Amino acid sequence: MVTTIKAEAGVAAAEADTSGAEPVVHRCSEHTVEILSDSGEGAQKCGQAFGTVSAKMGNGAWTVEIIPAEIQPPARTPAGASGNRIRISSAQVTNWGDRTNLVVAFNEQVLLSRHEIGAFADDAVILVENMWATHEDEDIRKAWASAMAQLATAHYRVIEVPMEEQCLTVVENARKGKNMFALGLLAWIYDRDLELVREQIAYTFRKKSAEVYEANIALLDLGVKWASEHLDFRIQVPAAPVGQAMVVMNGNQALALGGIASGMELAAMYPITPATSVSHHLSDVFESYGGVVHQAEDEIAAIGVAIGASYAGKCAFTITSGPGLALKTEFIGLATMIEVPLVIVDVQRGGPSTGLPTKVEQSDLLAAVFGQPGDTPKVVLAPATIEECFHVMITARRIADAFRVPVLVLSDANLATGVQPFPRPEPRPEWFSPPPDQSPVPEGLRPFDWDARTGLSQRFIPGQPGGMHIVTGLHHDENGKLTYDQKMYQHSSAMRSRKLAVLQEMLQPPVVTGDADGGDLLLVGWGSTRGAIEEAVEQARGEGLSVSSTHLSFLSPLQPGLKQIFSKFKKVMTVEINYSDDPTAPYITEENRRRGQLSFLLRASTLVDVDCWTRVLGEPLRPATLVDVIRANVPQGGAR
Amino acid sequence: MSAGCSLLWTGAEEDDRVFDLHDWEGAEPRWCPGCGDLSVLTAMQRLAVAEQFVPETTVFVSGIGCSSRFPHYMKAYGFHGIHGRALPVATGVKLSRPELTVFVAMGDGDCTSIGAAHWLHMIRYNIDVTALLMDNNIYGLTKKQSSPTTPQGFASNTAPRGSWLPALDPIQATLGVTNASFVAQTAEWVPAHLYATLRAAYHHKGFSFVRILQRCPQYTDSIYKEAVRKPSIVELLVHENGLTVPELDRLYTNQRRHDPRDLDEARRLAEASDVIRLGIFFQDESRPRYDLIRALPQRTVEEKIRLMNEELDRYAV
Repeated sequence: MVTTIKAEAGVAAAEADTSGAEPVVHRCSEHTVEILSDSGEGAQKCGQAFGTVSAKMGNGAWTVEIIPAEIQPPARTPAGASGNRIRISSAQVTNWGDRTNLVVAFNEQVLLSRHEIGAFADDAVILVENMWATHEDEDIRKAWASAMAQLATAHYRVIEVPMEEQCLTVVENARKGKNMFALGLLAWIYDRDLELVREQIAYTFRKKSAEVYEANIALLDLGVKWASEHLDFRIQVPAAPVGQAMVVMNGNQALALGGIASGMELAAMYPITPATSVSHHLSDVFESYGGVVHQAEDEIAAIGVAIGASYAGKCAFTITSGPGLALKTEFIGLATMIEVPLVIVDVQRGGPSTGLPTKVEQSDLLAAVFGQPGDTPKVVLAPATIEECFHVMITARRIADAFRVPVLVLSDANLATGVQPFPRPEPRPEWFSPPPDQSPVPEGLRPFDWDARTGLSQRFIPGQPGGMHIVTGLHHDENGKLTYDQKMYQHSSAMRSRKLAVLQEMLQPPVVTGDADGGDLLLVGWGSTRGAIEEAVEQARGEGLSVSSTHLSFLSPLQPGLKQIFSKFKKVMTVEINYSDDPTAPYITEENRRRGQLSFLLRASTLVDVDCWTRVLGEPLRPATLVDVIRANVPQGGAR
Repeated sequence: MSAGCSLLWTGAEEDDRVFDLHDWEGAEPRWCPGCGDLSVLTAMQRLAVAEQFVPETTVFVSGIGCSSRFPHYMKAYGFHGIHGRALPVATGVKLSRPELTVFVAMGDGDCTSIGAAHWLHMIRYNIDVTALLMDNNIYGLTKKQSSPTTPQGFASNTAPRGSWLPALDPIQATLGVTNASFVAQTAEWVPAHLYATLRAAYHHKGFSFVRILQRCPQYTDSIYKEAVRKPSIVELLVHENGLTVPELDRLYTNQRRHDPRDLDEARRLAEASDVIRLGIFFQDESRPRYDLIRALPQRTVEEKIRLMNEELDRYAV
């Protein structure tokens, strides 16, 4: 569900100082807030609590983490900016939105780093810790003065807040407490339900002592008090109760819970950003379901353990990101060859190589579809929302089991750390995999008894009497035995491949948002960009442009009917967060242009001239950017 | 038993089947005549009959190489995987289905070279799996390249002027890893010792590591030529807490009483290169076992749905 963004978002700058007077209440349909600190100062916790409480109060919400690559980057540096960005709305939110309307910053350097990349709205309100203005270190005082002068050239309303001074009245180490003071500021400004805030603080610090909880509550109250005594404005983003039970979590939590709900009982992984927190969430709860998170010695062992468990009758999963996917390549080929079910989660980050560990990209698509030497058909799925992160795991496991095939799930850093409310799943028995079949295998059945039409066959599982056989990565026949028969090489390859075609026949064509009957421009996306694309399309259609969009959740096999859908539009282009050559750049020609990865796939499979617009800025797409892209790409004379 | 039942049928109860050698004969071995792998296969089939392994609950996992064809020749469930990665697969099988009996067959390239990381960690995990390192000191299938266990100076196609460095000793390496629990060495040309060692390894609860000294008739026939002819340069480690093979007493008179509970002595013996030592260097069943530590009671679907609902309530808006 996409919301039209009204221009009323944003606070008018520079109200007169109205100490003692009633604050001016600004009513907005949506507002975007960010909390910025040095790493380790807890801005993440503050932002997550604010986002969760807002969602619980009935606001649409989407939060994104701003993460530096190091655990303890140097303090007060632009590269060290750590934080959380929360878009709250009166309607459901499907993406991180555009520019930030209100900022709380613990120092001026992190503020500057975000200012310089244009992260803030022109009329943004900025609340900034002012201890640096009078700091004993002259360099720091100078840096403050210089940054503030630079910020003064913009049209922000900057409000200095004595955070350190205030926090020291209730705690000894203000560095550990400013985040809850900031939460108090936000709670007052946005009129959050303080009972819910306290509950959230209790949850956040559930593993800590009662004293820690009490101290954080004191800081929260202090923030509320300071804001009520010093600020002359409040912001009201009315909630829109959705009338159904909702849950709120991030994409990695959803992948973890979905993995459990699929009935899988073993997740084997090796730590890698930004995928690792899936296993953190799993490790917290999986054992109560009889499930094991196995932290293997390396990425290769992780998938090997998962394949071993799957082979033994219980479909398992492994969780990784790009560099780990590269290491798992040989084992993925084996899983295809011996036809064991397997789910591989790739939470994509920026590449190539170590790339951008904490930032979003969608550049593992071709590696996922084609990344193995030899012909290695497999299924590739991409969730587009946090809700889909939950359900995709159940779908993936069921396809893996039914088709005896590895299934790759491509999430990304945007979904991984984005928090969004969605309808509460209602667990159903059929989601959970049954225990391994241990019934005797009837005489005459073979371990790779491929149905000649579909390529499907029944798997024998250790423990089944009469089913003893060998699985091997070597070319084999229906008995699983090595074969030197040329016809069998061709036949078994066809059988492994055919399964994808059979799966495709069971899929629906993708839904076209906008004009199903066709029009001037069709945007095609996949994965986490759906919310931004659909919001932009809706806005552009409001301007009278003939633009529609469609979003693919199956990348291998591709959903059916694409060629027919594309044929109804004058221009088709993908929108992706991966690299493509600028067609106007030196040396780039129509023939040598390297295109967006989905565009490459679609051109190959439909023979339609699918163009692409892609960026690798390490951040999610902004609807406003895409509106500009649409304006520039609607074919001439395209206005309705 | 219906597929919907959560209790696994292990084949152990009310099973009056008797399995003979014929029940363990899989495909016709394609190893070269005189290959040490054949002796290992014979010993394993003998053990399967003697211990009445149940074919459907026995799993052989291997990597890639001559010796990794092993699962094809046993009539059990077999997993012939990829080079160096047999141990992670075996780990997955055992963690997921602890009631299965799991053997791993690896060559020296598999275990000590491309899969060395998994070897080291499997020793520490100490999962109840019996691993055979079928060590012929050479890459055979790919035609005579040096492996880490190739003796120094031994010429191969990749080191035609002789292997550059001293050979890696898998027994020393294994004994050096934290949480080792069963470390033995045997030789394919002493079948009675091979059988007794495999039997002890099978009965050991934990990760059993058996290095089997083997000749490759094509490429490394010469390495143990002297040891085969002269039992006097072989020393058997014997002890009532470890292994005794009385039928070898007449031929192998060079015997040393070594208590396999003594890790320091085991390491000292492994380090000394004066003779070829066969026997159990070290055994300790009290070492922590990852497969037991991580074992969990199975939940029914109903229980899982109840837990999932409680979990989702924690995220409720």
